[in-house]
Amino acid sequence: MAGRLRVLKTYKLYINGDFPRSESGRTSKVLGSDGKLLAHVCKASRKDLRDAVSAAHSGLSGWAARTAYNRGQVLYRMAEMLEGKSAEFSDILSTTISGGRRRAEREVGRAIERLVCFAGWSDKYSQVLGCNNPVAGPFYNFTVPEPTGVIGIVAPDEQPLLGLVSLIAPVLCAGNSVVAIGSDQHPLATAVMGEVCATSDVPAGVINLLTGDRQELAGILADHREVQGIHAAGVDTDTRIALEAGAGENMKRVTVRNITGKGWYDDRDCHSPYWIEPFIEYKTIWHPSAC
Amino acid sequence: MRTVTVDRVMIEARAASFTRRSIKEAAKLQGLCMALSMTDLTTLEGKDSRERISALCRKARQPAADMPDLPQVAAVCVYPNHVALACELLAGTGIHIASVATAFPSGQSPLELRLEEVRQVVADGADEVDMVINRGAFLAGDYPTVQGEIEAIKQACGDAHLKVILETGELETFDKIRLASDLAIEAGGDFIKTSTGKIQPAATIPVTLVMLEAIRDHFLATGKRVGMKPAGGISKAKTALHYLVMVKETLGDDWLTPDLFRFGASSLVNDIVRQVRWKRTGNYTANYDVSIG
Amino acid sequence: MAQSLQFEHKWDYAPAPEKIPVQIDDRYGLFINGRFIEPASDKWADSINPATEQSLFKFAVADQSDVETAVAAARKALPGWSGLPAQERAKYLFRIARRIQERSRELAILESMDGGKPIKESRDIDLPEAAKHFFYHAGWADKLDYAFPGRKAGPVGVCGQIIPWNFPLLMAAWKIAPALACGNTVVLKPAETTSLTALRLAEIFQEVELPPGVVNIVTGAGQTGSALATADINKLAFTGSTQVGKLLARQLAGTGKRLTLELGGKSPHIIFDDASIDQAVEGIISGIYFNQGHVCCAGSRLFVQESIMSEVLAKLDIRLASLRVGDPLDKNTDLGAINSRQQLDKINEYRKIGVEEGASLHQPSTSELPDKGYWSQPCYFADVQPAHRLARDEIFGPVLAVMSFRTPEEALSRANNTPFGLAAGIWTDKGSKIFDIAAKLKAGVVWCNTYNQFDASSPFGGFRESGFGREGGRQGLRAYLELS
Repeated sequence: MAGRLRVLKTYKLYINGDFPRSESGRTSKVLGSDGKLLAHVCKASRKDLRDAVSAAHSGLSGWAARTAYNRGQVLYRMAEMLEGKSAEFSDILSTTISGGRRRAEREVGRAIERLVCFAGWSDKYSQVLGCNNPVAGPFYNFTVPEPTGVIGIVAPDEQPLLGLVSLIAPVLCAGNSVVAIGSDQHPLATAVMGEVCATSDVPAGVINLLTGDRQELAGILADHREVQGIHAAGVDTDTRIALEAGAGENMKRVTVRNITGKGWYDDRDCHSPYWIEPFIEYKTIWHPSAC
Repeated sequence: MRTVTVDRVMIEARAASFTRRSIKEAAKLQGLCMALSMTDLTTLEGKDSRERISALCRKARQPAADMPDLPQVAAVCVYPNHVALACELLAGTGIHIASVATAFPSGQSPLELRLEEVRQVVADGADEVDMVINRGAFLAGDYPTVQGEIEAIKQACGDAHLKVILETGELETFDKIRLASDLAIEAGGDFIKTSTGKIQPAATIPVTLVMLEAIRDHFLATGKRVGMKPAGGISKAKTALHYLVMVKETLGDDWLTPDLFRFGASSLVNDIVRQVRWKRTGNYTANYDVSIG
Repeated sequence: MAQSLQFEHKWDYAPAPEKIPVQIDDRYGLFINGRFIEPASDKWADSINPATEQSLFKFAVADQSDVETAVAAARKALPGWSGLPAQERAKYLFRIARRIQERSRELAILESMDGGKPIKESRDIDLPEAAKHFFYHAGWADKLDYAFPGRKAGPVGVCGQIIPWNFPLLMAAWKIAPALACGNTVVLKPAETTSLTALRLAEIFQEVELPPGVVNIVTGAGQTGSALATADINKLAFTGSTQVGKLLARQLAGTGKRLTLELGGKSPHIIFDDASIDQAVEGIISGIYFNQGHVCCAGSRLFVQESIMSEVLAKLDIRLASLRVGDPLDKNTDLGAINSRQQLDKINEYRKIGVEEGASLHQPSTSELPDKGYWSQPCYFADVQPAHRLARDEIFGPVLAVMSFRTPEEALSRANNTPFGLAAGIWTDKGSKIFDIAAKLKAGVVWCNTYNQFDASSPFGGFRESGFGREGGRQGLRAYLELS
């Protein structure tokens, strides 16, 4: 390698199916564990976040209206694309996080499994979570889950890929759209994840990925009235309070997970439909039954 | 004519709400007397005899000998064979003579025979004719035939009032009952009537409400008042009050008159008598205390 | 439609008051640890009968130390209650249900006296539904592991529950029954204008020998509620205004306390031109005038397809003219008293705003209102614009805002143009239209060709700013369980 100067890539944001730079022009350096400069990533601003939320808003209705089967296909396509890029992800993760290549491969592998799992859930969770209700009257009465809307994701610093994917997949599978803030310590996984989304039939606006100051962006997310829910993990107490207080703004559905380390590998927990449940709204429909 | 649909569950709920009205004291007494004055005292049996018709007519004039102040009923309703006798017995009382014509209860005769029967009962003195609609044609969807027959029969009635029996128990759905009501009103029926009393279910509160709504819509659109007659199965004074509540709250107080509302009933009169007597004396009446009518 | 109907003069109903005598004590203490006790605050307040403006009884005003005593009692009772064999727990709930049924006539009268709602509603809806909630949830107590497949269900702990004044006993049942079935213990705070039936429910808890401390009832106003929210509870369930709900959400952020909120609404009621119109009008009536419009899911925004507007309004006029407003204890009363002076003032303020904004007020009811008490004639405003406050704010009274639409798309966009999302109604005879519109309405409950139906087995709760969490049904259990 000596003698050739590497081309340094600046990873951009992923908003509305495009890869814009931050409108602020700000970037930050990403260093490897050896302290060497690996790349630059864009540092999303308040305005970038606002753009991402409006993109998510415009992507929402089309995504929610897709058949559950089709959403499952798209999630599975994401798994395929991630599999295709698994070497790149393993490189990134092993270069920036201690634990070596094996750990990185394990994380990438499990992230793929998670997508496959929720690809499968997409046309099943409503059968598990919804039901008919035996009301005491001449009515046909049933309860179905519907997507909550635009969900803000705050991904953890540890397991930056697996954490991100674990928080996004159940939300997406239920027909919500996503504005995700990735790890700021290890932003490359988030940045490359945008490339996965862009090449796997995810409609524009359905997934939006931002890198930047996680805590600052999380606060903006919490107060945004067009964000209907929050799915977060690995946040400090102040951020947690800020996120939960967002419920006081517009009744956001806020789920902050206390999950760390091996917890991300607990499929009994992370693959359950109870990860979908916080991001659906139960709609109960009544109709008379008589001719 | 716009086809109107009826939601069964909601209209049944509305109908049930009338039965939960609490009619007490003076309002109850007034209601009972009103119900009496709106009754078409009816006998429609193969075994009807001169004696039975006589008893019926006596009862019609004076529902209870010990309470001469009770009102007389609105009409007696008999088979064509007994019209002449009833006319003779009730002459000068103001009680109307209604007769079921048109091959009652099935209506399964050629139209010409049914028309002839109508002309006959009118000639014999009936001033009200209770006809049955052609359910065969109706259920087959041949509405022009049904409407045409009613129009022809209305013409054959001359000055006599025409009550059109839909036989709602055979029409089954509220949508069809509403459609038949609209047809009968459109064709010139003075009253629409639920049932012959020969088919179950006969009159019910929800079915009557469907028909009252048809009457109301016709009134709102044209200003013309059509009458309503539930018949069959109304034997309790309390039930009669429920019907009156329904009429009042659906069509308003203007319909609370024998000119626009009738009960087709037989044993109802005696139950009203019992209730009134209880109200007045505080004693419950035994079955044998009221006369057979 | 120039014709009109008239509903008086020929036959008027005699007064038909519910006459069963009921006993009300002069004052009621706090129900803590199975006993009625004097409040440490030593403060008492009057509960007013809104139909007479007379004081009905005095209730204790619990302060922070009273609330803490109640929470401590619930905390102490928790291991015993959650440790009971589930079927035993179930049997306590069954007992409660039975006693509510047996005492329902008395409780219905008390409910109408304390809150002003017509006796026919407390008798036919509040009481049977309250009993049903206990029956329904009793049966869940020993079946919780089947409710959430793959998980073991356990209680959350001590639940603080704050309920509103519109369905006092029924809301108590909605809150207490699932909490107890799931093995939690409870501190309940009824609304300050309507605490009587909750306190009488406490008597039932004594009668059925519910273990002390399992349910505690603290009376008082907002400060008592605030003390409960910040006390050592594991979960807070609140039904009430969106404004208070938001405050509570902020207050509880980061505390680890679980929260469910059932808040306000401005529910749309859409009538298409192919509807069964007479029944739709019935739906409109029950949608907005049920319980004087003191209903969070009231169908307060009516959208009528343009081609049938005149017919619907004519029929609405007729129907309103026959509504009977007056003595809540009269069995023929359709609309009773407004719950409080404060609420009446609010309703009157909105009626004024409606006129000022240029909408036209229609008030066909001819009932004579009593001299004393808080009353509001049922009314509707026509010519309302979507931007009017009448079309946006929750009024919580018998005031309906009527608007028109031309196409299903327009109906939907107008219906969804609100931060709320509690309920919605649709009337059409076309099945495919029902499913399409129902799916696109942002509302937790969609009534199609009906309105204001409730059932213990049917989840109730809102989208958006109408809150989160469901009450009733399998989904309603979730708020009271930890899954492991």
